[in-house]
Amino acid sequence: MLHEPAAKAEKDNASDWKAKLGIKLFWLYCLIYMGFVGIAVFATEAMKKPVLAGTNLAIIYGMGLIIFAIVLGLIYNHLCTKKEDELNKSGEAE
Amino acid sequence: MNYTANPIAIAIFLAFVGFVLGMSFYFARKAKSAEGYFAAGGTIHWFVNGVAFAGDYLSAASFLGICGLIATMGYDGFLYSIGYLAGWIVALFVVAEPMKRLGKYTFTDALDSKFNSKGIQLMAAISTLAVSLFYLIPQMVGAGVLVTPLLGLPHWIGVCMVGAIVITIVATAGMTSTTYVQFLKGGLLIIFSTVLSIAVLNKGLSTEPREETFLPQNLVAADVTPLAEVSDQESGLNFVKLEKDGVANWWIVRGDLLEEAQSKTETGDGETLYNGAPKADARFKSVGLVTELPDGQIETGKVGVFKYFSTIQQSKVVRYPKSSIAKFEDGGDHVMVFVPEVTAGEDLMIPGQKFKIKDGIGKLNFISLMLALFFGTASLPHILIRYYTVPSQRDARKSTIVAIGGIGFFYVLTLFMGLGAMTLGVIDVESGNMSAPLLAKAFSIVLFSVISAIAFATVLGTVSGLIVATSGAIAHDLMDNYMGIKMNDKQKVMAGKIAAFAVGLVAIGLGIAFKGMNVAFLVGWAFAVAASANLPSIIMLLFWKKTTAKGIAFSIGVGMLSALGIILTSPSMYGQYGLDPATAIHKLDNPGIISIPLSFITLVVVSLMTQKDNEGLKYVG
Repeated sequence: MLHEPAAKAEKDNASDWKAKLGIKLFWLYCLIYMGFVGIAVFATEAMKKPVLAGTNLAIIYGMGLIIFAIVLGLIYNHLCTKKEDELNKSGEAE
Repeated sequence: MNYTANPIAIAIFLAFVGFVLGMSFYFARKAKSAEGYFAAGGTIHWFVNGVAFAGDYLSAASFLGICGLIATMGYDGFLYSIGYLAGWIVALFVVAEPMKRLGKYTFTDALDSKFNSKGIQLMAAISTLAVSLFYLIPQMVGAGVLVTPLLGLPHWIGVCMVGAIVITIVATAGMTSTTYVQFLKGGLLIIFSTVLSIAVLNKGLSTEPREETFLPQNLVAADVTPLAEVSDQESGLNFVKLEKDGVANWWIVRGDLLEEAQSKTETGDGETLYNGAPKADARFKSVGLVTELPDGQIETGKVGVFKYFSTIQQSKVVRYPKSSIAKFEDGGDHVMVFVPEVTAGEDLMIPGQKFKIKDGIGKLNFISLMLALFFGTASLPHILIRYYTVPSQRDARKSTIVAIGGIGFFYVLTLFMGLGAMTLGVIDVESGNMSAPLLAKAFSIVLFSVISAIAFATVLGTVSGLIVATSGAIAHDLMDNYMGIKMNDKQKVMAGKIAAFAVGLVAIGLGIAFKGMNVAFLVGWAFAVAASANLPSIIMLLFWKKTTAKGIAFSIGVGMLSALGIILTSPSMYGQYGLDPATAIHKLDNPGIISIPLSFITLVVVSLMTQKDNEGLKYVG
């Protein structure tokens, strides 16, 4: 009684698939984030280098991390929605 | 700086507060049940929830703190934007859907979904309270910081006003009104930050100071007779006191020349003087100036995004970092002289002005902070409860993506707002926290009024979310689950409202007690405590079948206590205690790099020792 969700949850046949995809994309982003922290800490001067339209690596990499998160989120949502529609067809989902 | 109340600002502010309160009373009828009160009945649309996520997350630390940090320290402030946003990746890919699937009102429900353990209920509720209180303090301090320039009222009145309004919002309609306040504030914040950023790019960069900006005069030292001379050993600078226009102020000795300085003096008889005169005389001015543009230009005119960054990289900027403030005694007076520092743009636009990443401990502190920011977001109780306001897992995921889009876009804008404040001479030299609203003031008083009202709403939205989270932890996790106090639905809502009222009063007290503390200061620590106490449990519950209830309870306890222990004995806290930071028992300011792995190890070791407890339980990951 105490531990059921506020809104009744439907059975989701795609949850394992989504969890695996989520972990893969998490590690992908994590590696790129670690790359940023690594350059900032161990090769700070490299951050000064202009890489796009005269703008330095620090700005491009930092803004790139933000934009990449948004793009990755959209890709993840698209793939998950597709898989949910495929695996949770009427009759299969409760 | 001298702040005076403005009628337009007051009118916009009052209209906004009136609207928010009216909305709360309107939604009050929907909050009769516990589901309605704690989780808005699980009926919020994913888009509204996503923008409300942004409204909840973009706290005073983001809008006031990050913009202020970029304005005073350059790129290092933007590191917070990057880290705060990256944390949403953990929320989206790892936490969002399972949290929705497993929980009811609070994240404790999700952690405890497999076990029904008193240990988890107690530790997770305590952790929620600890993290939320850490997060509340800077929000309430931010409220006090805002009302001074907006309404011309003292700090404590601002704190009490926020407390009273937020208690009303939460106590009338709980999560529903909180959601719509956050939706409204999140949307307005993103729209008007865009307006402000476009205004910054349209204005471009100029070496000509604004009329309101402090521009020091120079005198030949041999031509004047000082009233006093001081040699400050710490800064290695000499200062002289001169009388000019009937006012005695401090000047910095620069070889044969004297450079006029801005100063703050606490006199022996308790008076505070700014540049030698009372604050009301308005002699104390805003700062920040480009002293040199590439190719000897005087101004760039309207610039594009990349041109703006590349031009600053090739310019020189005058800043007034806190580390350059000279403090000395003059007779019975305590004097602070704000010493300007000319910094090359190429150094401002990379990490290193605030975070001293050249030495070993500096590197460790930096990595530790970035780790806590990355793992902290998905562990914040007031963020996690928002997953229970939408109808399905799919909605939980979609709303997270809307949040990432909105928050990410806002964080990109923090660069323009922060750098705009730095180069347009609007910074209050005493505190960078008001940089974004003051930047708006440089363009128009209406824009300033709207931005300030939104900044105030920023505090309202985040504090409301925090109070809902803490009232849920007290009424649902502690009273109902842990203590087993039997309550019907109506009594649960009443308990939640009483808890919200009590937490609101505590928040007011903390906001007044911590006046003057940097609003970004404690938020980083709240992230570290959340990441250390909560994230290992969430991750391991989902992905390690051998996780036991005792493993989770001990992991939360060890993570929370180790993070708090490192924070309370850190050099920064020694400074807060009035002790010499160099004498701190360790050099680590950010605990994440120790406390997060420690929490993981504790969970694994205790779980392996208590495997018998799991017999007969079903894996829920």
